[in-house]
Amino acid sequence: MKLYCLSGHPTLPCNVLKFKSTTIMLDCGLDMTSTLNFLPLPLVQSPRLSNLPGWSLKDGNAFLDKELKECSGHVFVDSVPEFCLPETELIDLSTVDVILISNYHCMMALPYITEHTGFTGTVYATEPTVQIGRLLMEELVNFIERVPKAQSASLWKNKDIQRLLPSPLKDAVEVSTWRRCYTMQEVNSALSKIQLVGYSQKIELFGAVQVTPLSSGYALGSSNWIIQSHYEKVSYVSGSSLLTTHPQPMDQASLKNSDVLVLTGLTQIPTANPDGMVGEFCSNLALTVRNGGNVLVPCYPSGVIYDLLECLYQYIDSAGLSNIPFYFISPVANSSLEFSQIFAEWLCHNKQTKVYLPEPPFPHAELIQTNKLKHYPSLHGDFSSDFRQPCVVFTGHPSLRFGDVVHFMELWGKSSLNTVIFTEPDFSYLEALAPYQPLAMKCIYCPIDTRLNFIQVSKLLKEVQPLHVVCPEQYTQPPPAQSHRMDLMIDCQPPAMSYRRAEVLALPFKRRYEKIEIMPEPPPRPTQPTGGKKRKRASDDIPDCKVLKPLLSGSIPVEQFVQALEKHGFSDIKVEDTAKGHIVLLQEAETLIQIEEDSTHIICDNDEMLRVRLRDLVLKFLQKF
Amino acid sequence: MPEIRVTPLGAGQDVGRSCILVSIGGKNVMLDCGMHMGFNDDRRFPDFSYITRNGRLTDFLDCVIISHFHLDHCGALPYFSEMVGYDGPIYMTHPTQAICPILLEDYRKIAVDKKGEANFFTSQMIKDCMKKVVAVHLHQTVQVDDELEIKAYYAGHVLGAAMFQIKVGSESVVYTGDYNMTPDRHLGAAWIDKCRPNLLITESTYATTIRDSKRCRERDFLKKVHEAVERGGKVLIPVFALGRAQELCILLETFWERMNLKAPIYFSTGLTEKANHYYKLFITWTNQKIRKTFVQRNMFEFKHIKAFDRAFADNPGPMVVFATPGMLHAGQSLQIFRKWAGNEKNMVIMPGYCVQGTVGHKILSGQRKLEMEGRQVLEVKMQVEYMSFSAHADAKGIMQLVGQAEPESVLLVHGEAKKMEFLKQKIEQEFRLLPDAKKPRLLHGTLIMKDSNFRLVSSEQALKELGLAEHQLRFTCRVHLHDPRKEQETAMRVYSHLKSVLKEHCVQHLPDGSVTVESILIQAAAHSEDPGTKVLLVSWTYQDEELGSHLTSLLKKGLPQAAS
Repeated sequence: MKLYCLSGHPTLPCNVLKFKSTTIMLDCGLDMTSTLNFLPLPLVQSPRLSNLPGWSLKDGNAFLDKELKECSGHVFVDSVPEFCLPETELIDLSTVDVILISNYHCMMALPYITEHTGFTGTVYATEPTVQIGRLLMEELVNFIERVPKAQSASLWKNKDIQRLLPSPLKDAVEVSTWRRCYTMQEVNSALSKIQLVGYSQKIELFGAVQVTPLSSGYALGSSNWIIQSHYEKVSYVSGSSLLTTHPQPMDQASLKNSDVLVLTGLTQIPTANPDGMVGEFCSNLALTVRNGGNVLVPCYPSGVIYDLLECLYQYIDSAGLSNIPFYFISPVANSSLEFSQIFAEWLCHNKQTKVYLPEPPFPHAELIQTNKLKHYPSLHGDFSSDFRQPCVVFTGHPSLRFGDVVHFMELWGKSSLNTVIFTEPDFSYLEALAPYQPLAMKCIYCPIDTRLNFIQVSKLLKEVQPLHVVCPEQYTQPPPAQSHRMDLMIDCQPPAMSYRRAEVLALPFKRRYEKIEIMPEPPPRPTQPTGGKKRKRASDDIPDCKVLKPLLSGSIPVEQFVQALEKHGFSDIKVEDTAKGHIVLLQEAETLIQIEEDSTHIICDNDEMLRVRLRDLVLKFLQKF
Repeated sequence: MPEIRVTPLGAGQDVGRSCILVSIGGKNVMLDCGMHMGFNDDRRFPDFSYITRNGRLTDFLDCVIISHFHLDHCGALPYFSEMVGYDGPIYMTHPTQAICPILLEDYRKIAVDKKGEANFFTSQMIKDCMKKVVAVHLHQTVQVDDELEIKAYYAGHVLGAAMFQIKVGSESVVYTGDYNMTPDRHLGAAWIDKCRPNLLITESTYATTIRDSKRCRERDFLKKVHEAVERGGKVLIPVFALGRAQELCILLETFWERMNLKAPIYFSTGLTEKANHYYKLFITWTNQKIRKTFVQRNMFEFKHIKAFDRAFADNPGPMVVFATPGMLHAGQSLQIFRKWAGNEKNMVIMPGYCVQGTVGHKILSGQRKLEMEGRQVLEVKMQVEYMSFSAHADAKGIMQLVGQAEPESVLLVHGEAKKMEFLKQKIEQEFRLLPDAKKPRLLHGTLIMKDSNFRLVSSEQALKELGLAEHQLRFTCRVHLHDPRKEQETAMRVYSHLKSVLKEHCVQHLPDGSVTVESILIQAAAHSEDPGTKVLLVSWTYQDEELGSHLTSLLKKGLPQAAS
C-alpha cells in the first residue's frame, strides 16, 4: 500500500492511494498562490498598471522588461496568470481508477487531471460539492476569459534566468509545469465524469474496496472518506470543522479503528479564533461605513460568505446600517445564493428545521427581498446605475489578481476612508496587496478559517485512535513564523509520518487476511482468460498449470498396498526391503514403485493408463491438503 | 437458504392501508403505516393487534420505514406510535419528514372537525410521532443497529418518495413503495442499482396496464380542459395537495401562457403556496430539467394559478379548480363536486387512482346517481373523465425495475389480485433464469476450523500448523525415442524442440545434460539393448501432473528431424 503525494499545499491536497489493486486519487486541489506572482488583470485599462516600469537585472540588462514589471520594490510577471498543478509525472495518471473529492475547494484541478492525462475512471463527490464546485470554476474561467491578455510570458521560466530573479519569483517551484486556466468546455467535460454520492453511502470499487463519504462539517456537502476492505481501513480526513456553522456537523465516530488516517486541510491560521474574527469583521465594517467610507470584501462566491451575510443580517439593524447597500458581485452570485437554499439535507440541524416550516434556511433570502443585499453578475450593466456609496461590496477573487475586485482596489485604494477586509485565508494579504502599493485605504486582516486547529486535532486523534497518522510535512513542525509555538503541530504517538510534494510513502501495514465466500461446488472451469491477447492455436492444448493439485501427507502401508494392487489385477508382484523403505516391483509391467516414509516414486514406461491407475491406488492411502 | 417472512397488514392484494411486516435475519421491520381511504371504521388502519397480542410494538419492531408522504402509506403513523405505542426509530427521507405532518394534520382535521370523529389522534400526537423520525439521505447506508442496515433509492412517485433496501448480513429485501419509471414534468424516474436482493417487494397498481406515451395523455388532458372552458363550463380536478397537483399545474400554466387563455385557474386550500414552497426548497428531488433551470426560472412560481375561495364556486363563467382531496371522499373537492355535478357543461377530471368506496371510484365506474349523506340523491350530469396521471410504474416499468435490481424472487403488493396474477406470469416468463451473483474463482487451500473460526490457509501452512510432513509422490516415465546419436545430442534436440513448442514455459538445458521444463526433469539415457534407441526419463511430482503427462505424450510423438 502506497501513497503518492502530488501536491505540496497542505490545504489543497492531491494524493494517490494504491490499495488492494485499486488506484484512488484523494482530492485534486489547485494551488492558486502562484497567481500572486502575476500582475492583476484589470477590467478596464489601468494607466497605473500599464505604466509600471519594466524590471532589469542588476547589470542593467533589460531583456526581461516586457515580461517582468516592478511595483513598489516587488517584481511581477506581466502575463496571463498561471496555476501550479499537482505533479503529473510521479505516477501514470491514466491508471487512476477513481477520484474522491472532499470539498469544492479541493477539486479545482479536476479538468487538468481528467482531460489531459488519459484518465478514464470515475469521480465521486456529493451534489453540493459538484454544484458549488462548478460555480467556483465558472467564476474563475469567467474572470480570466473576459479580459483576454495577449501576452503570455515564458522567458522568465527558463531555469538559468529564474535563478537571477528576486524572491519570491526565484523560489517559485515547478514553474515549468504552471498552466493557464482551463476552458468552460473542459470544466463541463470534467464535471460530467462525476458520480453523485450521499453521506454514508457505501460505494464498491471492483468488489475489492469500499469507499464511503462522511460529513466533515466544513462546507456544504464537504466530506471525509473511508477507504476500507474487510480487514483494513484508511481514513482520509480533509478540510473538517467542529464549529457549528451552516453545514451538517462532522461525523467523527465513523473514523474510529483506522489503520491509517491521512490528515490534510487543517486551519491555515491556527492562532485566529473564527468567532473573534467575525466580530472584528463586523465592527471594522461598521466603523468604516459610519465614517462615510466603502468596504471591500474579497471573497469566494460560496462558503464563508453565507455565514458573513447571516451575521450581518443580525448585526445591521442594531449597528444602524440598515440604509447601507450591500453588493455581491460575481458571475455566479445569483446561482450561489439560490443554490445555498436548496441543500436542506446537507445543512446543520437548525437550518434543516427551517426548511420543514417551510422557510428558506439562510436569512440572505430576506436580505434580498428587502433590497438590503443586491447581487450582480459584474460591475457592468445594472450595477453601475444602482451603485450608491458608501457601501459594502463582496466580490472575487481573493487573490486580488483577477475579477471585479481589481477594479474596486484601483477605485478605492487612494482614499483612507475606505477599507479592504480580508476574510479568506488562502492568500497572504500582504502579497495580495503588493501590486497595489502604495495604498491609502485601510487593510484589515480577519481570516476566517473554520477548519480544525491543532487542539481539536489532538482531541480528535485521541478519540478515534488511528494506528498511524500521515500528514503533510508542514504539520509536523511549528509554522516558520512562529517556530517557538510547539503547540502548533501535530502531536501523536507513534509520530505522524509526513510527506512532501513528489514523494512516495509506503504505508506501514501489511494485508494479512481476505474475506472470501466458499461455494460447495467447484466452479466450472473458466474459459480462457480474456486478456485481449490472441493465443496461438499450437499452444491451445498446453494444459493450464494454474490448476492446483493438493499437497499430500501420510504414509503408505506396504502390505495393504500390495493387496490393493492384487485386487486391481496386478500379478507377479515382488517386494524388496531397502534402507529407508520398500521397493515394489511389477515385473510384467516393468514398473518399479519406491515407497518411503515421506515419499513415493513410480517409475514406469510411458503408459498413461497404467500410470493413472497406479496413481489412484497410491492416493487412496494418502491425505490431501 | 435465508428465511425471510413477509406479512402484509394491509395492501397485500389491495390498494390503501399499506403496511408490510418483514422478518429478515432475526430483525423485524415495518414498511409503511398507511390508512385506507375507503373505510371510516376500524378497518381504515392496519390491524396492529397481530403484533401486540404477543407484546409491545417497540419490543417486536427494530424499525419502521415510511416510503413517501401519501396517507395510504403514512396515515396511520400517529395512531400506531402514539395510541398503540411505538418508541423505536421511524425512517423517512427529508421531504417526507417535512410534508408528512402537514398531510396528517389535514387528514385529522377532516376526520375530527368535519366528520366529528372521536378518539382520533390529536395534533400533539402528530408532533410527538414526528419526533421519533430519523431522516435519511438518498443512497446513505443507515446502520439501524449492528446488523440491520437500510438504504434509500429515488422512487420518483412524489417529492421525496423512496424505495428502501433492508439488509441483514448477506440477506436483503427491497421495498419499492410507490414508484414511477418514467420521468414526468416535475420528477425524475425511479432508479436502483443491481443490488440483487433476495426479495423484491414491488407495488403493482398498474400491473396490467401499459400506458401510452405521457405526451399523448397530456395533450388529451389539455384538449379536454380547453374544450370545457371554451363552452363556458367549469372544470373540477380533484387532486392531493402535493404531487400530481404540481405536475398538472406546470402543465396548465405553460398551456395558458402559450394559448393566452383568460379563464381563471384556482387551487383550493391554503396548502398550495406552502406546498409549492416545499418544491422550491427540495428542488434537488425534482427532475433534471427543473433543477438545471431553477436559478433562472423556478417552475413552482405560477402566474396564472391563484388561490381559491369558497365563494368563487358560484361565480358565473368558466374556470378550472384544483381541489383536495383527490378521491372525492371528503373536503373541498367533494363540496365543489356537489355544486357542479348537475350541469352537463361542467366536467370533472379524475387524474389518479380511486380507492373502492370513494365517490371518485363510484363515478368512475359509471354510477350516475349517488346516495349522499342524509339519503340525498345526487344526480351526476357533468362530464366525468379519467386520466391516469398518477405516477405509478406500469407493467413495463415494473419489469424494468425487476431487471435493474435482479432479485432472486419478487413479491407483488399494492394492487389488485387478478392483475397481479397476470403480472406474476409475465415476470416468471421473462426472468426465469437469474445469473449468479458472484463470479467464482478457483482457489486452492485448506480450511482450518478452530474455535468456531474459519480460516483458509495455504496447504503448506496447514501441514505446518498440523505438524504433518508432506508426502511426495513422484512419477518417472520412460519414453523410447529412435535416435542413434549420443545422449547429449538427444538431450539437446529435446531441449530445442520443447523450447520452440512450449513458449509460455520456462525450458532450460542444465550443465549436467538434463533438460527441465518448469520443475519437470528430462534425462536422456542409452538403451541397454538397442543402440539406435534412446530412453528419455521424464520425472515430475504429483503437483505438476498435468504438465508432466502432457510432456510425455508430446515426446512420444517423436522429435522433428534436425534441420541440418
